[in-house]
Amino acid sequence: MNKARRNPLNIAAAHAILLTYTAIALFPVFVILINSFKTRKAIFREPLTLPNEESFSLIGYQTVMQQGDFFLYFQNSMIVTVTSLFFILLFGAMAAFALSEYRFRGNTLMGLYLALGIMIPIRIGTVAILEMMVASGLVNTLWALILVYTASGLPLAVFILSEFMRQVSDDLKNAGRIDGLSEYTIFFRLVVPLVRPAMATVAVFNMIPIWNDLWFPLILASSEATKTLTLGSQVFIGQFVTDWNAVLSALSMAILPVMVLYVIFSRQLIRGITSGAVK
Amino acid sequence: MTALKLNGVNKKFGRVQVLNDISLEVEEGEFVVFVGPSGCGKSTLLRVIAGLEDASSGEVFIAGEKMNLTPPARRGIGMVFQSYALYPHLDVRGNMALALKQERQPKSVIEERITEASRMLDLDAYLDRRPSELSGGQRQRVAIGRAIVRQPKLFLFDEPLSNLDAALRMNTRIEISNLHRQLNATMIYVTHDQTEAMTLADKIVVLRDGWIEQVGSPMQLYNDPANQFVAGFLGSPAMNFLPASLLNAGDERIFGIRPEDLVIAANGPLAAKVTHVEHLGGDTNVVLEASNGTPITLRLFGQHDIGFGAALKLGFPAGKAFYFDSDGKRVAA
Repeated sequence: MNKARRNPLNIAAAHAILLTYTAIALFPVFVILINSFKTRKAIFREPLTLPNEESFSLIGYQTVMQQGDFFLYFQNSMIVTVTSLFFILLFGAMAAFALSEYRFRGNTLMGLYLALGIMIPIRIGTVAILEMMVASGLVNTLWALILVYTASGLPLAVFILSEFMRQVSDDLKNAGRIDGLSEYTIFFRLVVPLVRPAMATVAVFNMIPIWNDLWFPLILASSEATKTLTLGSQVFIGQFVTDWNAVLSALSMAILPVMVLYVIFSRQLIRGITSGAVK
Repeated sequence: MTALKLNGVNKKFGRVQVLNDISLEVEEGEFVVFVGPSGCGKSTLLRVIAGLEDASSGEVFIAGEKMNLTPPARRGIGMVFQSYALYPHLDVRGNMALALKQERQPKSVIEERITEASRMLDLDAYLDRRPSELSGGQRQRVAIGRAIVRQPKLFLFDEPLSNLDAALRMNTRIEISNLHRQLNATMIYVTHDQTEAMTLADKIVVLRDGWIEQVGSPMQLYNDPANQFVAGFLGSPAMNFLPASLLNAGDERIFGIRPEDLVIAANGPLAAKVTHVEHLGGDTNVVLEASNGTPITLRLFGQHDIGFGAALKLGFPAGKAFYFDSDGKRVAA
């Protein structure tokens, strides 16, 4: 390492910037967390103080547990997110492999067509999607959400993954072919492990919007049995009265599962982001 | 029996013709080297033989069987790649065993063949290591081992030495040569390095722009090149080409002479000025400029003290001169 980079002043400055950014990014989460443990009065009177003996209260969490079936909402969100991610990664990687590996007529056109979805927000098609879901009887099922999220996640997945798959050595795939591996084995055993960082990147990019989405759950699956967490939290937000204790508690709990998923993917993600830079 | 027969093989990528009417026969046990500059189609030809690319037209026979539509795994070939292409998730043993497992060979056979290959290639100490824990030379040996265990009818090597450093390259070259003797197998070897071609081959196939320029033993091609391209491609330093008019006024042919055949002679027919001298110890390469500006290389054995800018007269034995017409075809002296 050179001298300039070891300069303590530079290190301090870099850390100051990073710490400031971290503080700014984490502040809202922090405020949500501390306030979820306070009484309603305390939330409004001193929103930025930590809960103390006087203001500490679990009323928000109690409300959340009693009203509505929060564990079901959790479960719904989890099922929708994980299944959608699974399909996005599976189909996205397969399409990307075909586009990058096989020469066929219209390959480039097909790639452009699949990437087109990146530029067109899927919400534009909401009415048509709703009509389709009604016609196919999928309204108020989790499948409606899974299908929509898979469709909206695929373009970016195909785009990113095909770029990465082009970098996988041809020799390796050919060696597999000569050793008698099927194309599926080559894909799953040789190529997928090598693009795992890219797949984690795609997973994280897709996971958070799906988890947080309110639009499609509200329109396609608003029945009690299919409510997602985000939609479920809305019962506490009224036009005239909002139960802030409950809203904050629900939000605090909603952070947890997505954080767990993120931790699972993040090690891969970091490798994905830096893999281009260091090679 | 012929180990490999190509009959009028053509290959097009879109509108680009990469291989033109390639016909070739390889005898059993022969070591054949495809050599040519990059982009000449030699690797594509190897891929067509391996079945990794389909020929646009023409026939591929391996051991007498037509293989045009046979998938690579059933062609009875073993292939070694330039980038080693080892499976990163398997250890050395697993890398070698994979193809045999795919063929559903019994465990005892797999074990026996791996033992045999690792003994030949000196890999015993590394059998349980991953490819990432091996050096370049070791990886290439594993790649060769992976080909050997399948006991193929035909070995294909795709520039196997180009990722190795110079010293290792020579060792591995000798190893491959020994392997050929031990296994007595038919081998096809692709390289752009004429030294590898000359040292390894029983038979060299020189390719250019998708055409076969000449086929023959190394010395045949060296002593009797069919055209200017082959003459210039084989031999290092490369053959000198000069307009023959420098020797006989009015002669429109091209005159070729190898650097080692030129001698300094007081009454020689070629006048040239020294522009650069390379002292290699064992020999001395002198770069000169002929009176029309064409560079000439002269290779002298031993150490010589030749000054920059010196004017020299060069001569050559009459039998060592080559003549080519304006299209590069060899013509009689």
